[in-house]
Amino acid sequence: MTVFIILALVAIITALGMLISRNAVYSALFLVLNFATVAVFYLLLGAPFIAITQVTVYAGAIMVLFLFVIMLLGTDELEDTDNLTWQRPLAIGLAVVLVVEGIYLMLSQNTLGFITTPSEDLGSPQAIGDMLFSKYLLPFEATSILLLVAMVGAIVLTVKNKKGEQS
Amino acid sequence: MDSALIWEMVIKSLVLILALLTGFAYLTYYERRGLARIQSRVGPNRAGPAGLLQPIADAVKLIFKEEFTPGQAYKVIFILAPIITVIPAILITATVPWGGTVTIGGREVMLGIADINIGVLYIMSVASIAVYGVVLAGWASNNKYAMMGGLRSTAQMISYELALGLSFVGVILLANSMRMTEIVEAQRGLWFAFLQPVGAVVFFFATLAELNRGPFDMPEAEQELSAGYNVEYSGMKFALFFMAEYTKMVSISAIIATLFWGGYRGPFIDTMPGLGPLYMFIKIFFILFMMIWVRASWPRIRYDRLMDLGWKILLPLSLSLVFINATGILLNQMWLIPLLSIGAGFLAIQAINLSLRRKENAR
Amino acid sequence: MNQADFYSLLPIIVLTTWSALLLIVDLFIDDKKKGITAVLAAAGLALTMGLTLSQTGQTVIGFNGMVILDGFSTFVNTLLLFSGLMAISVAYGYIKRRGIERGEYYSLILFSIVGMMLMAQARDLIVVFIALEMLSIPLYVLAAIDNSNAKSEEAGIKYFLLGAFSGGFVVYGVALVFGATGSTAFAEIAASIATGNAETLLVLAGAALILVGFGFKVGAVPFQMWTPDVYEGAPTSVTAFMAAGAKIAGFSALMRVFATAFPDIAVDIAPVLAVIAALTMIVGNVAAIAQKNIKRMLAYSSIAHAGYILMAFAAFANPALRDDAISAGIFYLVAYAITSFGTWAIVISLEKEDGKGLAIEDYAGLGRTKPLMAAAMTIFMLSLTGIPPTLGLIGKLYLFRVVVEAQFMWLALIGILTSLISAYYYLRVIVIMYMKEGEPETVSESWLTFTWGAMAVLTVVLSLIPASLFAWASGALMK
Repeated sequence: MTVFIILALVAIITALGMLISRNAVYSALFLVLNFATVAVFYLLLGAPFIAITQVTVYAGAIMVLFLFVIMLLGTDELEDTDNLTWQRPLAIGLAVVLVVEGIYLMLSQNTLGFITTPSEDLGSPQAIGDMLFSKYLLPFEATSILLLVAMVGAIVLTVKNKKGEQS
Repeated sequence: MDSALIWEMVIKSLVLILALLTGFAYLTYYERRGLARIQSRVGPNRAGPAGLLQPIADAVKLIFKEEFTPGQAYKVIFILAPIITVIPAILITATVPWGGTVTIGGREVMLGIADINIGVLYIMSVASIAVYGVVLAGWASNNKYAMMGGLRSTAQMISYELALGLSFVGVILLANSMRMTEIVEAQRGLWFAFLQPVGAVVFFFATLAELNRGPFDMPEAEQELSAGYNVEYSGMKFALFFMAEYTKMVSISAIIATLFWGGYRGPFIDTMPGLGPLYMFIKIFFILFMMIWVRASWPRIRYDRLMDLGWKILLPLSLSLVFINATGILLNQMWLIPLLSIGAGFLAIQAINLSLRRKENAR
Repeated sequence: MNQADFYSLLPIIVLTTWSALLLIVDLFIDDKKKGITAVLAAAGLALTMGLTLSQTGQTVIGFNGMVILDGFSTFVNTLLLFSGLMAISVAYGYIKRRGIERGEYYSLILFSIVGMMLMAQARDLIVVFIALEMLSIPLYVLAAIDNSNAKSEEAGIKYFLLGAFSGGFVVYGVALVFGATGSTAFAEIAASIATGNAETLLVLAGAALILVGFGFKVGAVPFQMWTPDVYEGAPTSVTAFMAAGAKIAGFSALMRVFATAFPDIAVDIAPVLAVIAALTMIVGNVAAIAQKNIKRMLAYSSIAHAGYILMAFAAFANPALRDDAISAGIFYLVAYAITSFGTWAIVISLEKEDGKGLAIEDYAGLGRTKPLMAAAMTIFMLSLTGIPPTLGLIGKLYLFRVVVEAQFMWLALIGILTSLISAYYYLRVIVIMYMKEGEPETVSESWLTFTWGAMAVLTVVLSLIPASLFAWASGALMK
């Protein structure tokens, strides 16, 4: 439990750090830390496979690409523009309401009781593989098509049209 | 968890870290001597007998050197970057088994830190984290050359991670497990390097690129980037980058040995499990020699060709190797695997040849 | 994967394979002859449509309950494939003219249709989400495909950012529903809600978030802000496809989700949907009045029509009316798809290469120089308003009937009033075409002419035999 509380604090602090930081690179790094903390949560829950995947995919691949793009675009610190005059207090107020609501709901009723404790091998690579290729076969295959489409789309967008050459 | 187990873990980790750090120090000596021999020079031979104290002299020099931090650098990250680079290099060895189980003082001790069921994935994920040190060093220096080096290394490492990951998949298929000890045990009959020779070669190249070693050492190309991501670093911080690179060389050699060259297995290992670390040492020694040899003999690859090789040759090749492995296992005809994979390897070489020729014709 | 699984998704599998192969085949087609790609893409759509029609009347559940083939999916898929064919026929000459002709254009349209069809057949929230992304990503790319034009790029990035945002809403909704019911399959969600096992508040929150996500996709108020800019900036042929295809898919998914997964909370949701429908109709129609650019006007008009279709959902609360509501909704979708493709085809005929010719004033004199085209445009405008003898009127009649039967009198009243408002700006186009002097320049191109001609004929002829079409739509029931 103490481990969980410490980790939860780290997760919250890094998430806040990501939001508050004025430098895009620092934001990205805070996010990496946040992902890493979440990965440790998965470890605590007994799902090492998901934890490792989280680190590899999010921290290792996606955030590196984020950093890459941020660095290519330049990393000037954001100026403190105040275009959002009334939205910010409103958002904070609403967020507070949401948190209070969530805490109230969590304390007032424990309705998630019907979710049974998962079996030991729930997060094991074999179990995940079995699920992916039996019950979730269609979403799995559809995702591969989705990724193909996204890849084709990205390439289409980066190649300029030939219009310029003709004129 | 009893305290004895914790002590066992701590001691094992300490031994491993110390071994890696000494290994790093002496690897520099090994490399300099090796390079010198290949280039008909003598190499360092003054400090101590046959120059054996040279690494210690180097360390003393680096520690006492002036440290300089550029005024415009992002200080926190600038200091953190070398540390972030070193840590994964050491962490990555945690799942590598150095031998079977031996009995020391009536206690069964597994030679290796952690034998988790997803050991291979762990290596993959730590390897993917390793990019950060380099890229952050490049950015935090606030220097164009350093930045270019950092960006190059990011692109390169991400590109080669794909081939690396797919080679891992091939091994996982062959061993039917992601646990490192089971992978080693699966090579009881035949090392995977013989069963899947092309996979071993692809893996070797991909790791060279991950290590930013020659001929893939674009991030620190002296002529173009005046050293790349570490140009602003000096003193001990520079030494940390150096340390990370060489520690990683040792760690990765250990992984290559485990995945493809039978790991700690060798003659009489079943009767004398204590021999495991020795066999590992011999294998790592040879693999390191291969790396040094490659660096000495091959010029640096041009950046676009490096990317072409990664994306257009190694990625499809390693993907096809996964298919070949799966086919062999499915049909239960293991002899198909080396045969088909060598065929695929020849096709890949042909493709490189063709693309080079096309470029020449286009000129 | 057994035979039933395969059969349940046969058209989608064929179309996916076809579009993936088209990507490769396209590499070997000379840049000057991209028409071959267009023909191949259309052939793939036609083949798929044949397969879909051959499955009429069958009900198969496949892939462990992830997808279903039923009357509803067959009907919607046919409609989607039809819009795909129309999208290709309006695009062929236009993208050549604008210099944005690429083989991938057609492949992306096919992939988008694959996503839409999967959405119509989904029976699990996970599949809904994947299908949503699969239909959206090609649309983002297509909106920005004229990447030497800043407006097109702006449209792409706006659509992408808001679309990604709305995708996030859907995922949050799915997560909440899963947390409350322990499942993502529609049938199990409905069962869990019916037996009272689920925490209703969580389900409601989840359903609301899913609704927000789809509200973005179909352009319902208050999530309509992106529509005018994206419709205006995207190449017009893409806009035409977006207006019809994305709406059909979004609404069919909404119908499927709310009819089969959340039937028991429909009573709670129906008033919310009624208010959204009313707001959407009001905002869309009122904002359209002020538009000078025909693409922006049609964008607001599409928002308004989203409002009309949303009215059908208000009737969901009454289980006896559910089937009628669904058939009225999809009937309106058919009417809207046919009319809007015709309209966009005419807009494309008047649009010049440099993006001029899009002001409503540019239509002055069309009645004299191109009487046929002007007549067709008149039919479309009448249909969008809901004036006989057009399909738009019949669609509205069915919708209003369902809404009145569901005791939402005020909603029907708002619908009628906003239709009257819309008459102002739709009829203005007709007035300008016939009463004002001008020399509009048009492009005659056989496929475009065919599209607007055929759509005009369909709009009128189908309105004369609405009963048979409506019978078909009524047969398209969810199982």
